[in-house]
Amino acid sequence: MALVAVNDLHKSFGDLEVLKGIDLEIEAGEVVSVIGRSGSGKSTFLRCLNQLEHHDWGTIHLADQRLDGGAMSPGELSQNVGMVFQSFNLFPHKTVIENVMLAPVVVKQTPRAEARQIAEQMLDKVGMLEKIDAYPAQLSGGQQQRVAIARALAMQPKVLLCDEVTSALDPELVGEVLHVLESLAAEGMTLILVTHEMKFARDVSHRVVFMHHGHIHEAGDPQTLFTQPKTPELSQFIASIL
Amino acid sequence: MTDFTLWDIVRNLLLAGRWTVVLSLIAFAGGACVGLMLTLLRMGGLWPIRWLVRLYVDLFQGTPLLMQLFLAYFGAAVLGFDISAWTAASVALTLFTSAFLCDIWRGCVEAVPSGQWQAARVLGLNYLQSMRHVILPQALRLAVPPTVGFSVQVIKGTALASVIGFVELTKAGTMLNNAAFAPFTIFALVALGYFILCYPLSRYARYLERKLYGAGSR
Repeated sequence: MALVAVNDLHKSFGDLEVLKGIDLEIEAGEVVSVIGRSGSGKSTFLRCLNQLEHHDWGTIHLADQRLDGGAMSPGELSQNVGMVFQSFNLFPHKTVIENVMLAPVVVKQTPRAEARQIAEQMLDKVGMLEKIDAYPAQLSGGQQQRVAIARALAMQPKVLLCDEVTSALDPELVGEVLHVLESLAAEGMTLILVTHEMKFARDVSHRVVFMHHGHIHEAGDPQTLFTQPKTPELSQFIASIL
Repeated sequence: MTDFTLWDIVRNLLLAGRWTVVLSLIAFAGGACVGLMLTLLRMGGLWPIRWLVRLYVDLFQGTPLLMQLFLAYFGAAVLGFDISAWTAASVALTLFTSAFLCDIWRGCVEAVPSGQWQAARVLGLNYLQSMRHVILPQALRLAVPPTVGFSVQVIKGTALASVIGFVELTKAGTMLNNAAFAPFTIFALVALGYFILCYPLSRYARYLERKLYGAGSR
């Protein structure tokens, strides 16, 4: 049984059809990279998975439970699907630990002491334990993104969505964030990443999905996909980024 | 004509200046309460409510404060309400202040980047929780400098209450001048009075602004 099951997903913005029927099943513990040109619908797809965008047609199931169409409240959703953004979106008026503790305390109503323990655990996981009382503005981009990952993990989601999480980072800071994702993958976390880091997609993910014009154009294990693309669109895309 | 010493003039102006301060405080406190309610209604309410709030704000921003004072004072009388200059001035200035503060504060809430809403939503916070824990604390920080800055406009606005017979700094100046006829001295002192009230506030607003934007929060 797949952990995430997406069925015939359609989404339009006005006259522009961005997703034209996406079918995808993802197993627990799987790491899936979604690649494709900008405008191919990969970010929209990701945002549908946690209902930041509401799709027009199709269904999304998580562990056999309907997730879309208001079947889950935002509170329930956040405990199933976590998300990390390109621009971090940490809360600038809160310290690192407060950022990570906020949702468990407010949404899950976890007692503060327990929430703090969980937060410290997560911050340790991303190597940010020593910056616990810093404000986001005092951190580098890479550090902020690692805190954002810890914040998402603190809700103990079943799936973590990563929307181009290294795109806003200086090149020398990309590695530390990818390293964290790699260790999460090694721990068995289910990850769905929209990414431009092809090396990462190839080395860490179990499956790569190539999106083109709102369809899944090609998908498969990274070795085969990158070395023997079946479609001219994918070979062109690979050629353009290498 | 009686002889007025400079001290007589200053003393009388100071006494009347109290009422400028009190009226400013009433207008500001009242305006802040009404303004906060309007801001929340405008951000979250149904569209007819939002539309009404916008109309209210546009009306008070698009007409002179002097006319608002006339309408509050004489208009109320025409409608059969016998209200004092005190009440009329307080009501008119409160409404005037609330319209401007509502607009300033709405701008501050909207200035919080949409990524903050999204992050809160993804973490499972609902509208009120997002407002309370994520958006308002940031909007509040943004709002302090322009709000303090606007209080200067309120203080100067109270001068207009003199035309409906409310005895504050300006009205006292006019009355003293009728008796002492020393317009230059008297009105210079009146102006100085306003300056003493307003200048620290503008300085404070500027300081807050520097502190806010200089801290490099982003």
